[in-house]
Amino acid sequence: MYNGWKILLGLIIFLAVATFPFYSNIGKATVKPEPKIDTPVINELKEKKCVESKEFMKAEHMQLLNDWRDSAVRDGNRIYVAQDGEKYTISLQNTCMKCHSNKKEFCDKCHNYAGAKPYCWDCHIAPKEAKK
Amino acid sequence: MINRRDFLKIAGVSIMSGLGSVSALNVIKDNILEASEYLPPSGAITAKRWGMVIDVSKFKTDENFKKVIDACHRIHNVPDLGNPKDEIKWIWTDTFKHTFPGQETEHMPEALEHKPFVLLCNHCENPPCVRVCPTKATFKTKEGITQMDYHRCIGCRFCMAACPFGARSFNWKDPQHFIKEENKEYPTRTKGVVEKCNFCIERLAKGLMPACVEVSNGAIVFGDMNDPNSDVRKILSSHYAIRRKNELGTRPSVYYIIGGNENA
Repeated sequence: MYNGWKILLGLIIFLAVATFPFYSNIGKATVKPEPKIDTPVINELKEKKCVESKEFMKAEHMQLLNDWRDSAVRDGNRIYVAQDGEKYTISLQNTCMKCHSNKKEFCDKCHNYAGAKPYCWDCHIAPKEAKK
Repeated sequence: MINRRDFLKIAGVSIMSGLGSVSALNVIKDNILEASEYLPPSGAITAKRWGMVIDVSKFKTDENFKKVIDACHRIHNVPDLGNPKDEIKWIWTDTFKHTFPGQETEHMPEALEHKPFVLLCNHCENPPCVRVCPTKATFKTKEGITQMDYHRCIGCRFCMAACPFGARSFNWKDPQHFIKEENKEYPTRTKGVVEKCNFCIERLAKGLMPACVEVSNGAIVFGDMNDPNSDVRKILSSHYAIRRKNELGTRPSVYYIIGGNENA
């Protein structure tokens, strides 16, 4: 092999750089995001439930929000009847965030972890929170 | 080498299985969202076609205009950028010449010539802005309101070019920095979208009259243009009212009563 040591050295450097993210994180457990739901409004609820079940909201809230948006804005249907028959006014600012008034501790926790950047807050006004 | 007959067989089977798996996926995806229901708000006031009559003679002082404009702009988080180039307006004023071009006469009352007129989106029955919008961000609701879905607006400004009434404003800058006092119940807009009057669609859903109507002391009347017994129709049947740029055929829903002092 001509210039064998150069090729090998190049390969070693390449592998070292390419695998850096893996070995640099070995043994470090990433902290699982734990969104908080301890807002004053939620604490006062007798039965702590969201619009739909916790599992559903966890997995499908983005789809639900999209459907809410289209229903309210385009069809003028501003009432959502949940699975349990409960009725909710469709509004991010006036329904969702009235309970979840802690955007930083709730929305942002997982969104930052997952690198998701929803553009909701470009227009919608987030509730006022104490700066930490 | 594969022959023609085998090729067609394999192709047919793959297409069938492809279609089959798509529909199977749809069955799996048939989740809670399709089982839930969406209803119109219960306390809402509704109409076949919302319209407005503005009695110009009842706007006497600058204060009358300011009150109406402030009420609208405060409720809807309309920013004040402080210069006419970037101006965002939902309801505003202009002169007779600019409001009703071509209708000015040589010997018209001087008071009328220099008087400001309240202007807003006309919520036309045949809106050119809706026709040109490439994303259907601007659309007509079933109640006759020319409504915007800001989520869909891509800021192309075709609608601004199409609207003959200058009712639309473009956000050149992030408007959130220019709102004096935020109304937390209503969203703002973002940089790069067009915005305009929405006939207070969010207030009608709660059973409230539009903000400008509410503070106008009867100078602006709002109602169903398709209902012969509505307030607006009663006024229109007894007073001569004009619309802006009628000749363009956009069929505005906003009427102006110009003359007279004991109108409406």
